[in-house]
Amino acid sequence: MSEKFVIPIGPQHPALKEPSHFEIFVDGEEVINATLRLGYVHRGIEKGAEQRTWTQNLYLMERICGICSHVHALAFAQGVEALAGVQAPPRARAIRQLVAELERLHSHLLWLGVAAHEAGFDALFMYSWRDRETVMDLLELLSGNRVNYSANLLGGVKFDVTPDQKVRILDGVSFLEERVQYYLNVVNSDETFLGRTRGVGVLSREEAERLGAVGPTARASGVPRDVRVDVPYAAYTEFPVRMVLSQQGDLQARFVVRLEELFESIRVIREILNNLPESELTARMPRRIPAGEVISRVEAPRGELFYFIVSNGSDKPERVKVRTPSLANWGTVLATAPGHKLADIPMLVAGIDPCFSCNDRTVVVKTVR
Amino acid sequence: MSDKDKGVGFLDKIRTWARVNSPWALHYNSGSCNGCDIEILATLTPRYDVERFGIKLQGSPRHADVLICTGPVTMQSRDRLRRIYEQMPEPKFVVVVGSCGISGGVFQGCYNVLGGIEKVIPVDMYIPGCPPKPEAIIFGIVQLLEALKTGRKPEAVAVIPEPQFENKA
Repeated sequence: MSEKFVIPIGPQHPALKEPSHFEIFVDGEEVINATLRLGYVHRGIEKGAEQRTWTQNLYLMERICGICSHVHALAFAQGVEALAGVQAPPRARAIRQLVAELERLHSHLLWLGVAAHEAGFDALFMYSWRDRETVMDLLELLSGNRVNYSANLLGGVKFDVTPDQKVRILDGVSFLEERVQYYLNVVNSDETFLGRTRGVGVLSREEAERLGAVGPTARASGVPRDVRVDVPYAAYTEFPVRMVLSQQGDLQARFVVRLEELFESIRVIREILNNLPESELTARMPRRIPAGEVISRVEAPRGELFYFIVSNGSDKPERVKVRTPSLANWGTVLATAPGHKLADIPMLVAGIDPCFSCNDRTVVVKTVR
Repeated sequence: MSDKDKGVGFLDKIRTWARVNSPWALHYNSGSCNGCDIEILATLTPRYDVERFGIKLQGSPRHADVLICTGPVTMQSRDRLRRIYEQMPEPKFVVVVGSCGISGGVFQGCYNVLGGIEKVIPVDMYIPGCPPKPEAIIFGIVQLLEALKTGRKPEAVAVIPEPQFENKA
């Protein structure tokens, strides 16, 4: 008889670039249980936010996550604007959406590469990261920085889109559209790759709903959950997106959903650039935000990003609570892992596009034995 | 100089040559926001491709010559960072990428953040920026390799390029 064995992985490990500790219980080659220890990158941002002014916090929130920095600042800015009763001008909202969709392009291409790397398909990793540089160039062209774009201000955005930039962005996304089509063909037809993804990590719709999955992970299991569609923010009412759903629920579906979302992003980017409303870029914001509390939700590349902000009427927030999509999706990995081969675990983990710097918030975990 | 010393000098030359031509790097994120990490990863991908300098990202501290650290040090990752550093064979070099690793950056004053990497382990090279561009990271690593050629630990090198603002008047 084989024996139960615990395999500890991390926090420093070659698979992902961020620290986390897994304990994988195996019986022979088969995984029977998995646990996770988070918190290596817990920095205490939520508490730190209480010591900084509203404007300083915008830059702190942007650095919760280096991959989806724009949506964090966007969620925070929208919440604070709602508290102050200020609405950002139409052009600012459209530019916010434009940057958010460009960010989705960069994030999904980054994820495609990392996930392919976990599958041992390094050629796809290198290809997708090469093409990702196109969208990084576009973001640098717009904002002057490759990663923390700092597009948002309280009450608007920092930069405008010039006609010259518009032409270059349109060129860039046309190139990316071709490439994304190519990657979609690869993930749907490459037999070796399909062997790693098809039928692996199947998450049923009921399970996805029970575990509270969000974003592409939920949509790949057929749960229609997308903040951009359900509660449109920024300019999503003027430039709506279509929700991409799949009923399969396996890893292949997560690849397909994410890549098909990129076509939607590209379509919306074109629409925004061709119909950019004319207005100023910022609205006037008070320095002290009126007392009150607000919930602000946006759709990050990984799913629903949730901000709860309380103001006590001073120039600093009373409380900022952040719930990030990666944290919501961890349950699905731990629930689907048993029954798989050990070699499938890196793919399962990569399948939810985990972002540890996002999810290392303070959480109370109740252990049930 | 005796014959024995000549032999040692020759071996040292070979060792330095090997080290400079193929430094194996280990990356550890001790609390970073991911921004620097993806830029480090981007330096390995086709556009920047640091493998042409023989730099390879390694999974194990025991195989690594250079430790690339990102992010401020959090309470929980402090012991782990020290352990990884101690596991690396001598001579070892530590490169800090990003403003957070230098001083704590925007996270200064957060309760779980100790500050820069130098609070825990000795640092040889700093690459500033939030995050530094891949070009800056490559420049920093090449500077480190240049310093290694002389066999000494690197001295302070400005990683900031010459200002290139054009006068539009």
